[in-house]
Amino acid sequence: MLKLSSVTASYGAVPAVSEVSIDVGEGEAVGLLGANGAGKSTVLRAISGLVKVTGGSIDFFGTELTRLPAHRVTALGIAHVPEGRQVFPELTVKENLEIGAYIPSARADRARTLELVFSIFPVLAERRDQLAGTMSGGEQQMLAVGRGLMLKPRLLMLDEPSLGLAPVMADATFEKVQEIHAMGTAILLVEQNVSRALSLVDRAYVVESGRVILQGSSAELANNRQVQTAYLGL
Amino acid sequence: MLITLAQAVVNGLLIGGIYALVSIGVTLIFGVVKVVNFAQGEFVMLGMYVSFFLATRLGMDPIVSLVVSVPVLFVLGMLLQHYLIRRVLGLGDMPQIFLTFALSLLMMNVALMAFSANYRTIQTAYSNLALHFGGLYVPVPKLIAFAVAMGLSALLWVFLKTTDLGKAMRAAAQNYDVAMLMGINPDRVFAVAVGIAIALAGAAGSLLMAFYPAYPMVGQVFVLMAFVAVVLGTLGNVTGALIAGLMMGVAESLGIQFVGADSGMIVVFVMFLVTLMIRPNGLFGGWAR
Repeated sequence: MLKLSSVTASYGAVPAVSEVSIDVGEGEAVGLLGANGAGKSTVLRAISGLVKVTGGSIDFFGTELTRLPAHRVTALGIAHVPEGRQVFPELTVKENLEIGAYIPSARADRARTLELVFSIFPVLAERRDQLAGTMSGGEQQMLAVGRGLMLKPRLLMLDEPSLGLAPVMADATFEKVQEIHAMGTAILLVEQNVSRALSLVDRAYVVESGRVILQGSSAELANNRQVQTAYLGL
Repeated sequence: MLITLAQAVVNGLLIGGIYALVSIGVTLIFGVVKVVNFAQGEFVMLGMYVSFFLATRLGMDPIVSLVVSVPVLFVLGMLLQHYLIRRVLGLGDMPQIFLTFALSLLMMNVALMAFSANYRTIQTAYSNLALHFGGLYVPVPKLIAFAVAMGLSALLWVFLKTTDLGKAMRAAAQNYDVAMLMGINPDRVFAVAVGIAIALAGAAGSLLMAFYPAYPMVGQVFVLMAFVAVVLGTLGNVTGALIAGLMMGVAESLGIQFVGADSGMIVVFVMFLVTLMIRPNGLFGGWAR
């Protein structure tokens, strides 16, 4: 479904990721793991067109993404839930969700998708008329994920959904992501919290200094000596 | 005394409606595109001349000529964004300032060459009509201008609050990158935002033509008020610009009435400075810390 081949992307002259090759199959949950600053977020930003790709190719269902502006990538069905939530603070919860279904194909089904998102996140239904900026961090994270779902995405990309959340809220968020994955949506998850991520994804890539250094199934990585010492504190 | 005060407030609100229209345009462009349009006043001037020539050549009423000036300036605004402003986005503040400032100078001087420096006025059937409410004197052309200005502001509010394009515009103003992640095409949203802002300036011009003279530098009177109103009402805040525009009209009018005929601006700027001391980000930007 999604295939990155030797992707290099940079901010200015310094490459942030080099020669990254990863793929995500339909309905699969894949992790992109590693420490803060390893370049995981840049991979997501390269896919969605927010950062310029200087080398390699990104194929999504046969469409080359590297030259497309961000709004055209979204229109293909890739929802990117950015790091730090980034809800629209001065829009209400409902308006944030409506904007999530801005592209015409999603707009046609908006009322039905909204009901689905409200059933997954009842808190958003309760808070629908509240300004998004006045909600707690955990609630904003739920909104950011819900807003991504409004696109009816073929691929949902989540960037550090547990960042800055209390452990109980982080667990709740991961349960919701699990639920969404179980409904058949493919997921590409960027996470620093490796043990939590490995419990959710089918397989994962480990990123260090802008390169993929390891890959394997969740079980393989959980038993890998290098992963255990570097990321799991074992 | 009380009636004099009430009359001053009414006079201020009536002209404040025009200030509000110009200010809303400036704050909309700043809020969405993050560019300060120094040429906003010149588009008011252009709207005035459009209505002036439609009135003198075709006998069209200046209020009716809104149906011409608003769409014409909307298209001009879209072209301005597409061919000029879009090219300087992301290059820092200086190119943007030079661009819109140069446009302002250019438009004033072309108008000077094309239309001469003469003050142009038009007479309508209602030019000298006025309503009287218990001692208050309300000139009809200004009342119509105020009502239409408030109507247009309300239409803009409905557009921003209820339409998908309006919500997309607010989203793009709040977070450009994430708006693109929602599938919003920023070029399109920006062009419409600048189009609306310039159309509002044109509308202000047409409304003014019913009671105010047109001349090439007339935009400067209104753009100064608009910049103060935009800061007073918090940069990028449309409701704030509307309220601040009306407040400035009232402050100016009170100054003229109670301080001196040429002291209106003194009261405006005292109000402005005192407000910024208490609320440095404007009326809607939180308290001073």
